Amino acid sequence: MARNVVSPSLGKGTRNAWKRTFSERAIAVALFLSAFLSILITVGIVAVLLFEALAFFGDVTFWEFITGTRWTPLFSSKQFGVLALVAGTTLTALLAMLVALPLGLLSAIYLSEYAPDRIRRLVKPILEVLAGIPTVVYGYFALLFVTPILRNISGDISVFNALSASIVMGIMILPMVSSLSEDAMRSVPRNLREAAYALGSTKLEVSTLVVVPAALSGIMSAFILAVSRAIGETMIVTIAAGQNPSFTLNPFVPIETMTAYIVQVSQGDAPAGSIEFKTIFAVALLLFVMTLVMNLLSQYVVSRFREEYE
Amino acid sequence: MQDQDFILQTRGLSVYYDTKKAVTDVDLDVVRNRITAIIGPSGCGKSTLLRCFNRMNDLIPSARVEGQVLFDGLDLYGHDVDPTEIRYEIGMVFQRPNPFPKTIYDNVAFGPRINGFQGNLAELVERSLVRAALWDEVKDRLNASALSLSGGQQQRLCIARALAVEPRVILMDEPCSALDPIATLAIEELMRELSEDYSIVIVTHNMQQAARVSHYTAFLMVEEARVGFLVEFGESRQIFTNPEDERTEAYITGRFG
Amino acid sequence: MAVIPQSEFQRRQARRKWMGRAFHGLCLLSVCIALGMLAVLLIYLLQQGVTGIDWSFLTSFPSRHSDKAGIKPAMLGSIYVVLVAGVVSFTLGVATALFLEEYATRSKFATLAKINIANLAGVPSIVYGILGLQIFVHSMHLGNSVLAGGFTLALLVLPIVIVAASEAVRAVPPSLREGSYALGATRWQVIWRMVIPQAFPGILTGVILAVSRAIGETAPLIAMGALTFVPFTPDSPLSRFTVLPIQIFNWTSRPQEGFRETAAAGIIVLLVILLVMNAGAVILRNRFQNKWE
Repeated sequence: MARNVVSPSLGKGTRNAWKRTFSERAIAVALFLSAFLSILITVGIVAVLLFEALAFFGDVTFWEFITGTRWTPLFSSKQFGVLALVAGTTLTALLAMLVALPLGLLSAIYLSEYAPDRIRRLVKPILEVLAGIPTVVYGYFALLFVTPILRNISGDISVFNALSASIVMGIMILPMVSSLSEDAMRSVPRNLREAAYALGSTKLEVSTLVVVPAALSGIMSAFILAVSRAIGETMIVTIAAGQNPSFTLNPFVPIETMTAYIVQVSQGDAPAGSIEFKTIFAVALLLFVMTLVMNLLSQYVVSRFREEYE
Repeated sequence: MQDQDFILQTRGLSVYYDTKKAVTDVDLDVVRNRITAIIGPSGCGKSTLLRCFNRMNDLIPSARVEGQVLFDGLDLYGHDVDPTEIRYEIGMVFQRPNPFPKTIYDNVAFGPRINGFQGNLAELVERSLVRAALWDEVKDRLNASALSLSGGQQQRLCIARALAVEPRVILMDEPCSALDPIATLAIEELMRELSEDYSIVIVTHNMQQAARVSHYTAFLMVEEARVGFLVEFGESRQIFTNPEDERTEAYITGRFG
Repeated sequence: MAVIPQSEFQRRQARRKWMGRAFHGLCLLSVCIALGMLAVLLIYLLQQGVTGIDWSFLTSFPSRHSDKAGIKPAMLGSIYVVLVAGVVSFTLGVATALFLEEYATRSKFATLAKINIANLAGVPSIVYGILGLQIFVHSMHLGNSVLAGGFTLALLVLPIVIVAASEAVRAVPPSLREGSYALGATRWQVIWRMVIPQAFPGILTGVILAVSRAIGETAPLIAMGALTFVPFTPDSPLSRFTVLPIQIFNWTSRPQEGFRETAAAGIIVLLVILLVMNAGAVILRNRFQNKWE
């Protein structure tokens, strides 16, 4: 028998519908606020750093900061040339890249072009483990294992030195370079490789003359991100590289990086509002800008130079 | 087909992927400086067979080859034979044009360069592009990206690239299937010109093309076991008008495949 | 080959062959160096630290004497802080991912937000510590507390959760959503009842990744004022605290020989915790994946 009674809830729906719309709207707003928060974080970082940094630049000229090569804010006779710290950061980052970039790229080529599937599936997760080890562990390793070995090789190397920290940092960053480069290389279509083989190329030639150039934007982006990571690394250099700001490129002596300096001051008791305290923000601002530029550059490289295969 | 000049011959050629047989016991003779077409329904192993001639199947880890492939009497699968050396003498053009994301010039120059060509590279590039009937269209923009060419032009570029290393045989794996009819006719015309100096083996699923272009035709088929085998092989004129095997006739007249 | 004289060709072939082999070896060597370093690291740690791990180590407080030192406050501090960080980053991260993938797909806001998140992922961790110091410790008057530390770390690992959750949500087939809508469900009902359960394994993975990262972080917590010598266990969310990595850092920096082993023992505990977390993640993810398919 057909129902000739309208469903009882139809028509009463208006109030329920209103309640529903209201809660739907409320949820949408809540989710929006959450997404907005992520933008707020960036604003917050910039605001927090700028606020105190500008106060710092009220006391110390920007010129002295950016061009001076002696950094002694914690001593009685204070100098504020940040280049001493920048030199330390640059030196460690550069040396770390000498380890991470070639080894990372060659590892990527091995995994992408040479390794049989079984080996690849085994090795990749193990490399991820390298990337997941906390940096304080690497710092320990650098100071207590690598440095004594280096000092055995040459007595001229100090207990705290840039070389030891850089080598370990390079190993830590290697998986990142390898993984990103490998992704770029694996997205090169198979038929390009086939074309090269059909012309009589060896695997070396296919890898270096066809695959790597075809994946170049991804690989370069990976390299830039690796540099950014090295610049921002803190614990390895804090533990192993020293606390002696020095405008030098000598890898065998103690130096101090920007990140290590921030740790040093944070651990001390610089009162809020003091000039020592404010240096944290000036240095952190410079650090933030440097890594931001690198990150934007890596995104730009990929978008501008992305190879078309079709 | 006695007393012909054969550049490539297969004897008892079978191909396996792991334990599954893909192609069984093929005896085929390719005549020098002629166009030989391999036709058959999808999945009968035409491409697999073609790729045996330049050992491209070596690139697939699970592939295994039994039997002989003779190139001017030399067994390509013999002990001391290096696949990369074969691929200079036997070139390949693929189904979808696959130019490198480099300049037109660098595409054609790739093969000679890795081989250590010492002579006049620009002249070699020009010669190859002329022979591939592409020179007039690209002579003013050799430094443009190869990907800026149309599909048909890209395929002719791939042919020029293959010609630049001066092979004796050119293998073509369904070279026109990704192209429009006009580009297809251009490539077929090109094939006829090239066959005076090169031996060409072409795999095609287009029977009319095979009939138009080739001097000899081989017909492959699959049965329930999904293993490809050679049904009939002979002069194209005869295969397409008066085939000896009734399966060939059934395929040609469109009764299956 | 007509283009090159035969003898020249043969010579080049020989050279290209051994160059190819040498290159293969070089690439393999690179991988072996990386794996070898990992092996050396782990062996060294075990050698140095495994003898120091006993029940008293796990339940004592740190001390000036290396043989009496323990990690109880550091472990508890780590657990509390990471708990806070996990809960906060999970909630905010999933909410953000849902908004970007379900409500605002392809809008200008979404593009801007995604670029922003990619950049946040690349900000040095210590900068987050400074942010936390100013905002949570000072402005919000939370002091150098577990809560402030947890919030700071939550901000740090938020991009990880957002990216993983976004991918997981994106992977839910549109057909499932359409089916739900066709039955009269509202947008939130579809999300709550269909999308989130389907995307849950991926979201869970993201949270575990985030928590794994958070538990190993040292620099941001130092910057926001976590202690390095803690003679008490944190007893409330507003209590001061230290974490395992900072304790390890403290011991590593001490000149006395004995603290070397203590630090190594602490590291092993930290690595074991990480291992257990990640193994648990794989198990949980497999279980959920089987449930939903």
